[in-house]
Amino acid sequence: MMSKEALLNTALMALLLLVPLGAWFADEPFLITLTTRAVIFGIAGIGLNFALGLGGLVSLGHAAFFGLGGYVMGVLAYHAQTYTSLMTWPFELPGTTAMTIIWLVAICLSALLALGIGALSLRTSGVYFIMITLAFAQMLYYFAISWPAYGGEDGLSIYVRNRFVGLNTMDPIQFFMVCYGLLLLVLGLVWAMARSAFGLALGAARQNEERVRALGQKPQRLYLTAFVISGAITGLAGALFADLNRFVSPTMFSWQTSGEIMIFVILGGVGRVFGPVAGAALFILLEYSLGGLSDYWHVYLGAILLGVVLFARGGIYGLIAGREVAHD
Amino acid sequence: MSLVLFIEQVLNGLQFGVMLFLMAAGLTLVFGVMGLINLAHGSLYMVGAFAAAATAAATGSFVLALIASLVFAAFAGVLIEVLVIRRLYERDHLDQVLATFALILIFSEGTRWLFGSFPLFLDKPDWLSGTVGLPFGIVYSRYRLAMILVGLAVAVGLFWMIAKTRIGIRIRAGENDREMIAALGVNISLLHTFVFALGAALAGFAGALIGAIQSVQVGMGEPVLILAFVVIVIGGIGSIKGAFVGALLVGLTDTLGRFLLPVLFRLAMEPSAANAVGASLASMSIYLLMAGVLLFRPRGLFASQ
Amino acid sequence: MTDPILEIRGLTKSFGALSVSQAIDLDLRPGEIHALIGPNGAGKTTLVKQIAGALQPDSGSVRLAGQDVTRLSTAARARLGMGRTFQISSLAMDYTVLQNTVLGALCHRGDVFRFFRPVMKDAALLEAARRALDEVGLGALEAQRTSELSHGQRRQLEVASALTLEPKAFLMDEPMAGLGVEGSQHMMGFLDSLRDRAPILLVEHDMDAVFSLADRISVLVLGEIIASGSVSDIRSNPLVRSAYLGEDEAA
Repeated sequence: MMSKEALLNTALMALLLLVPLGAWFADEPFLITLTTRAVIFGIAGIGLNFALGLGGLVSLGHAAFFGLGGYVMGVLAYHAQTYTSLMTWPFELPGTTAMTIIWLVAICLSALLALGIGALSLRTSGVYFIMITLAFAQMLYYFAISWPAYGGEDGLSIYVRNRFVGLNTMDPIQFFMVCYGLLLLVLGLVWAMARSAFGLALGAARQNEERVRALGQKPQRLYLTAFVISGAITGLAGALFADLNRFVSPTMFSWQTSGEIMIFVILGGVGRVFGPVAGAALFILLEYSLGGLSDYWHVYLGAILLGVVLFARGGIYGLIAGREVAHD
Repeated sequence: MSLVLFIEQVLNGLQFGVMLFLMAAGLTLVFGVMGLINLAHGSLYMVGAFAAAATAAATGSFVLALIASLVFAAFAGVLIEVLVIRRLYERDHLDQVLATFALILIFSEGTRWLFGSFPLFLDKPDWLSGTVGLPFGIVYSRYRLAMILVGLAVAVGLFWMIAKTRIGIRIRAGENDREMIAALGVNISLLHTFVFALGAALAGFAGALIGAIQSVQVGMGEPVLILAFVVIVIGGIGSIKGAFVGALLVGLTDTLGRFLLPVLFRLAMEPSAANAVGASLASMSIYLLMAGVLLFRPRGLFASQ
Repeated sequence: MTDPILEIRGLTKSFGALSVSQAIDLDLRPGEIHALIGPNGAGKTTLVKQIAGALQPDSGSVRLAGQDVTRLSTAARARLGMGRTFQISSLAMDYTVLQNTVLGALCHRGDVFRFFRPVMKDAALLEAARRALDEVGLGALEAQRTSELSHGQRRQLEVASALTLEPKAFLMDEPMAGLGVEGSQHMMGFLDSLRDRAPILLVEHDMDAVFSLADRISVLVLGEIIASGSVSDIRSNPLVRSAYLGEDEAA
């Protein structure tokens, strides 16, 4: 017999698959794109949730990784499409339009950035950590604005979506399937990691650092590793998001982006593997329905968020699947 | 590069730093006394600027506009403290971040709804326009000089209040031991509301002062909020002195970085590239400063612990 | 005489004008239970913290199995064989009893950075964890959430967790507190048998337990060891009697 949470997971994933398929039959490409956004935001949220839910690290700067992933896509594709090199010294480095390579680069660079930001931010904790992660993301935001080579404030457009072997990625449903496949992969990996030795130790550090130290492990190393994995996942989402829009701009680095990624996590339910996916889907749904209702839909979003924080702290998953996070 | 130009930039840095202090002081007090991280502090800054711009438009008086910024920001502060913030003191930082983030959304869109999307302008009064001659042949904006002086006066007032007055003693007691202050029979919830309103008024005041040299628009508060966070990280949470030193450091680093770095790179590069590299690096300079402080003093320069 | 496992020399610590540890000498030899007693506020907890590595002494040294660990972190000391239980239970409260114990076994084995294999299906870890739980008498409660345990059961879980580390020395801060009569009896019997595996530095308030378990007793008063010796030495020591007289009346 399936638990309520497993049931909710299945329903959610089925819905995310059936809506675009239905839209494909009905020839409603906009709806496919909307779901693709939800899927990509879901991946970004899963990344943050790995640090936040499992490790208790309240990062308000995940836009740094989302934006970096976006710029990796933009810069590599820009150079490939203009037949220029990224650099010529000490060796020549061309751009690429192959999605898989872009993803790999986005993941690696985001992980590296997370290592740097994490190593500095994790020297502190609590409220310092929140402010510092926010500040570092803001630094990259201003850097992206003031660096003129890749469009500065205006951002960077690429004209054709990048390639994926055997697919026509410009076809919305095919690109959706790519993103959905990646979502499944990321979910599987995070699911496994949450149950692994590392997941057990990280969760213990979140609950009680002293315990982990008394057992001979350093919480900071666990946190840093979690932060790096978390950044890498969100970076991948950033590359996909930029590819979806065929456009990247400093906005991806902005504090609003960090806040929104956190909202995905909270709306869904902190610490639930599938929570951010539900949160992102709900966010897109709200944006779509409330955005049609009023230009000022953020007021309603703010009110809903406030309500969730003050009165329904478990998010969707908390409301439906019960307050406790499952253990096995 | 002339020395006069350099000194002018130093003054600009001071002016920026003093305004940052007005923002950071409220944030750090609220954190120190109530243990709350308040992202909506930038919204209070915006409320002050809008209140000032609207009042100036209606009455034509700059002084009334400044008073309005203090009153409205303090009022908005009391309102959100009583309705929302109060419920967050015992919550974890994540809940505080989210709820105050939600407040930003509500404040921003609410202001957009009230005032529209176009920026408002708040004009400097005539008696503060133009320039003023300083020693050594330095000519400086009268308004900016006034900002420095007013900001310093507020800082002195704040230090005095915390060090010498009854309310200041209670605030300090609240920072050290939240239970003790309740045991002393102080009305703790009134004290919290007061501290929050004070911080809000300072932020609103800064918003109004800066509003007269920049445009008044939705979203103006958050970049300043993040800079104030940098200030607090550098100065150490809960320390007014730290906020002051941190604010001046950040103000000077940012202003002088923007001024000096392109000049520096021009020594080694062609001018357009030097300007680009210099500007990009300058935009990162305060964050690099923060990273440096983190390496050596993870709890800030004036950490209370 | 064999070399001590734990050797504390001249440990001194003060907070401002308040001296909490004054040139403390203490050692723990193989096979013994060495009890540390003293009235409230004597500085037992700060001493334990310095031995465990949670607090740096101003001067003096701590040696574990012949190695100077004075400058090492808590984590490093734990890896070298210090098994600590806390006065106020320090456990992962959202985890089950079994998860908490598997965590100990995992940290002892050291391969924390494994990302894909489900840790709660690791036979070796499960076996080590269940053995430890059975030893402290918590075997039947392995699926219970730690936050739902009684205070006494949490103490038992603390000990089980320390057991999974297979330490060279135990540092136990009031393991009997909150255990009740039956629980105390069981725990005493267990600690009695444990001393052959690794010696125990036992901080304990329960004098009956101390007098029946300890091979040696050291008495800490106002940051100073005023007496150290066998149970009968301590019972008859006039200094100790006067130090405890006040406490007995107050209690």
